[in-house]
Amino acid sequence: MTGTTTGSDPIITGPGQKKGSDPVAWARANLFSSWGNTLTTLVIAALLWKLALPFLDWALVKAVWWSPDGSSCRKPEAGACWALIADKHRFMLFGTYPFDAQWRPALASLTFVALYVLSAIRACWRPWLALVWLAGLAAIGVLMWGGVFGLVFVENERWGGLALTLLLATFGIALAFPLSILLALGRRSTMPVIRWLAIGYIELIRGVPLISLLFMASVMLPLFLPEGVSIDKLLRAQIAMILFAAAYLAEVVRGGLQAIPRGQYEAAQALGLSYWKMMGLIILPQALRISIPPLVNTFIAFFKDTSLVLIIGLFDLLTTIKVSITEPKWTGFGVEAYLFASVVYFMFCFAMSRYSQALEASLGAAQSRTTGKGAA
Amino acid sequence: MQVSLRDARFRALVFQLVALAAVVAGLAYLVSNTVTNLEARKIASGFGFLSREAGFAIGETTFIAYNAADSYLRALTVGLANTFRVALIGIALATIVGTVVGLARLSSNWLVSRLATLYVEVLRNVPLLVQLFFWYAIISENLPGPNAALRPLPGIFLSNRGIAVPTLVTESAHAWVLGAFVLGLLLAWRITVWARRRQARTGQQFHAFWTGLAVALGLPLLVFAGAGAPFQLQVPALAGFNFSGGATLTPEFAALLAGLTVYTASFIAEIVRAGVLAVQRGQFEAANALGLHRNLAMRLVVLPQALRVIVPPLTSQYLNLTKNSSLAVAIGFPDIVSIANTAINQTGQAIEGIAIIMAVYLTISLSISAFMNWYNRRIALVER
Repeated sequence: MTGTTTGSDPIITGPGQKKGSDPVAWARANLFSSWGNTLTTLVIAALLWKLALPFLDWALVKAVWWSPDGSSCRKPEAGACWALIADKHRFMLFGTYPFDAQWRPALASLTFVALYVLSAIRACWRPWLALVWLAGLAAIGVLMWGGVFGLVFVENERWGGLALTLLLATFGIALAFPLSILLALGRRSTMPVIRWLAIGYIELIRGVPLISLLFMASVMLPLFLPEGVSIDKLLRAQIAMILFAAAYLAEVVRGGLQAIPRGQYEAAQALGLSYWKMMGLIILPQALRISIPPLVNTFIAFFKDTSLVLIIGLFDLLTTIKVSITEPKWTGFGVEAYLFASVVYFMFCFAMSRYSQALEASLGAAQSRTTGKGAA
Repeated sequence: MQVSLRDARFRALVFQLVALAAVVAGLAYLVSNTVTNLEARKIASGFGFLSREAGFAIGETTFIAYNAADSYLRALTVGLANTFRVALIGIALATIVGTVVGLARLSSNWLVSRLATLYVEVLRNVPLLVQLFFWYAIISENLPGPNAALRPLPGIFLSNRGIAVPTLVTESAHAWVLGAFVLGLLLAWRITVWARRRQARTGQQFHAFWTGLAVALGLPLLVFAGAGAPFQLQVPALAGFNFSGGATLTPEFAALLAGLTVYTASFIAEIVRAGVLAVQRGQFEAANALGLHRNLAMRLVVLPQALRVIVPPLTSQYLNLTKNSSLAVAIGFPDIVSIANTAINQTGQAIEGIAIIMAVYLTISLSISAFMNWYNRRIALVER
């Protein structure tokens, strides 16, 4: 189907890697190596010409970049209406947070990004990183809530946009992680009751869609609590996301645990270490190290999943973008709005996936193959 | 047996009992709170509401007739049918698109492999919900009205009312053709079994695959030709403000299907690529050296090894697609979650409604995992 069957061997190992300084030789090797290949190249180039050019014309050449009342976007010759983003970007990024104080969620979002970047550097994988995280999260809490240091108090019903998305994703993973280690250890335990409790929890959560857990958090959780106790909507969604993430992370951690050779356990036991010392000092440090690339992948999936809180009415990034186009002057520009949403999510997820790939390569591809096998 | 906490077995027993007691106590606490709360709010519990009249219309009913006077149970069944419809079609399409893209990434043609890489990297890294909204916005806001509908292929109309496609006018002969096809498949299977036994006994080979294919396809074709080849398409035509004739995919269904297919295909592409790369080149060469014909080497040596790597993650993608179809609720496609949600809002039976959603998905998930475990056992490498 791709016109690549040049030799007798159908197992192709990858695109031609010949990289010379001569562009003609390169094109001959990679684009026009055979009749089939030449035909494929020409057909695809023609299709690109027919599809990509009108798209660029719409997205860049004819696009409307500035129009506070949206009228220029309604003209028949107008292309993409990026004026929508120019007009509503503050609301899209920060939701209904008080306008004058929006530097606070902006700074909080930057703090999140700084924490991610710092954690990505291997030289920083030291115990003090945990302290940096604690300090960073505390600073974010102060920035978002306020009420101290002369900052105005902002209740969390008014939080929204990118800061809320980052908040849900980061706290979700950070709090789910310890729980997931316990679940993974439980699933590998020799005690049948513990094992079955862990298996039951993991399979139950992984077997149902996140939506049903979020519905549960928004309509059922209030019924579970004793009279007089109530939890606000954001916290309820956060609890559901933590419980959800823990089940998936537990499977990743279990993959790491399974990759540790039996000899490591036996050596630890021969030294007379207790179960918790064996796990904490010998097994988990190795298992978690192997699990880092799949853990990053789980984080990417989780980051994307935070967009589902839209369905229970929280103002995350996707909700604020969706609400922006309900304003009469911007209705009908959904494609532009969702392309903007795609770009924001893509930047975060793509950066993380690239990082995870690089890390996998440097930690040794052979080791990480053993993870992710438990999924069914 | 010495009964003391220093004994590992006794300690394990105590630990398990304590854990079990803690879980049971926690659950009992939640249940008692719930019962108190339900009494305070005067909500009757139980599934009695299922037989009551639903009172809301469903925009999309394919296999099951339904109107607003029918019961909640029937409404939920319609939702379940819709979930299965979008999931099954989505799985089929995503497998095709994913395989094509996955193999394209391995192409020696630079343009092809780069385009496939672009596809995978972009679509994997954008949340499915954003993609669903995007497709829905394209269909409902940017496509022309029915009277100016786009016609990418003859008989297919794209408009903001959805996608109108031609349908086959069914006749009684078609049932016979289908019957002949099933019979042909059974015969083909018998031939394969017979050929394998004969080869094991005598060493003689038989072209079971081609013979089987000829029987499975030839028999229905014969019946079709014998019945006078009744083949008539009903092409949609514009009538007033909408299309009549043919079948129309609603904008919601089309957006959901497009989103699920395109998103899942990007994951399937990576699985297929990894599966092909996992089979070492030497395997093919070794099969050749043993004198196996190219097709046989592919079928007996390469494919089984690639499938061993591909099938487990592929099934989990199928499961993901089915679970992700629950996002239908966000664009208004009446799947099981969206109908259960309406039922919860109307009756206040939150616990029952969510229990139904969870039971449906758990049943699907657990059956697929059971199949996976069976498959894994069947194909597991037998090591020394």
